[in-house]
Amino acid sequence: MRRKVTVFIIVTISYLLQVTLFEALSFASISPNLLIIVVSAFGFMRGKKEGLFVGFFCGLLLDLFGGSVLGFYALLYMYIGYLNGFFRKLFYPEDLKLPLLLIAGSDLGCNLCVYVILFLLRNRFQIRYYVLHIMLPELVYTMVVTIFLYPLILKVNERLELIEKRSASKFV
Amino acid sequence: MKRKSKFVLPPKYILLIMSGICVVAMITCFTMGISGGPLQTVAGYVFVPMQRGINTVGSFLTEKADNLKNLGDVMAENEELRRQVDELTVELNTIHLEQYELENLRELLALDQKYPSYEKVAANVIGTNGSNWFNSFTINKGSNDGIDVDMNVIAGSGLVGIVTSVGPNYATVTAIINDSTQVGGTVSTTADNLIVSGSLKTMNEDMVIGFSNLRDADNEVQVGDPVVTSHISDRYQQGILIGYISSIENDANNLTKSGTITPAVNFEHIEEVLVILQKKQVVEE
Repeated sequence: MRRKVTVFIIVTISYLLQVTLFEALSFASISPNLLIIVVSAFGFMRGKKEGLFVGFFCGLLLDLFGGSVLGFYALLYMYIGYLNGFFRKLFYPEDLKLPLLLIAGSDLGCNLCVYVILFLLRNRFQIRYYVLHIMLPELVYTMVVTIFLYPLILKVNERLELIEKRSASKFV
Repeated sequence: MKRKSKFVLPPKYILLIMSGICVVAMITCFTMGISGGPLQTVAGYVFVPMQRGINTVGSFLTEKADNLKNLGDVMAENEELRRQVDELTVELNTIHLEQYELENLRELLALDQKYPSYEKVAANVIGTNGSNWFNSFTINKGSNDGIDVDMNVIAGSGLVGIVTSVGPNYATVTAIINDSTQVGGTVSTTADNLIVSGSLKTMNEDMVIGFSNLRDADNEVQVGDPVVTSHISDRYQQGILIGYISSIENDANNLTKSGTITPAVNFEHIEEVLVILQKKQVVEE
């Protein structure tokens, strides 16, 4: 329960910051994707199942307030969370390379999917332009934000795991 | 006989089930045009107040910063504006006379006012859609204030977009510069129709959006001509300014022309918008 509430708060804060503050701090109308950091992080920190659910709810939020088809982002983010879950075995909290790599991959993958499904299929063929002017800037900005946001998420998660372990050992 | 009957569903089956839910949601959305429903209502009540809070803080801080910076500028501007007020007052008086004359003439012609002053409601932009691909944003008024889907949204004198989904206390507006949006327009000088289509690429590069299907055999349409919403559009009220033509090109078929339009609204800094509470009347079949 405690975990669910905490995750909900993290998702809420990231979402709100993404649509308000970071929109105001956008460079060349590009703003970072905080939700992908959260989804990806919970994927590789906690495994497929939690990644899947966090992804689903983040996507659902974007769907509800984005005005596009309900379920599209939910599906996309859910798969991103799930796929990140495969890397749980390789994940060590001390290591920063793998998380950065995974978050970068998730962001790029997410944007490629959006491009192919929502742009390429509408005859927008200039993939070079979209990669250079939308995906890469967003990737760079997201990585910069990751350096600050990811350690926070990691701390919160470690603390939660500690509390869970303690209360589990009480019952033994 | 100890046997744990605790059954845990493997993640891949959960993924499958949730995918099914998403696909069903998407299909219902496409076929029935329902978006969110009760989910939207709940989400609206949870997230919109928080967005509003952040926005209040944000605008308060910007205002304070601007105040300090601008005091000197404002003093100078004030003096200049005073001079302008005098000039404009003279001009206004002349226009008043002309207006009076115009009204008389219109009455004579038994014409209605050409563009009825629609009832509008003012709203603040409280958040974007959180993606770099599409241009839509959330405003802080919803169905509680009489806003409904397909209502036109303007800022200043120009068209901003159209309401695409609505909750009790918020509404989502899709801008005309959005990559998948199209608006039927008319060149107001020649009354030729054209189609205005938003584009992420041209908007990012030159702050313009595209238009196409302009039939102008006599080459009358010029760069700089204003484009307004067309009377044949079924969702946009007639005569709202979209923008000004910034370039024209002949299409390969030599029958139609296409080009670009500079929007009348500055989409980088939209804070306040007006929602026209009247929907376009369309004859139902």
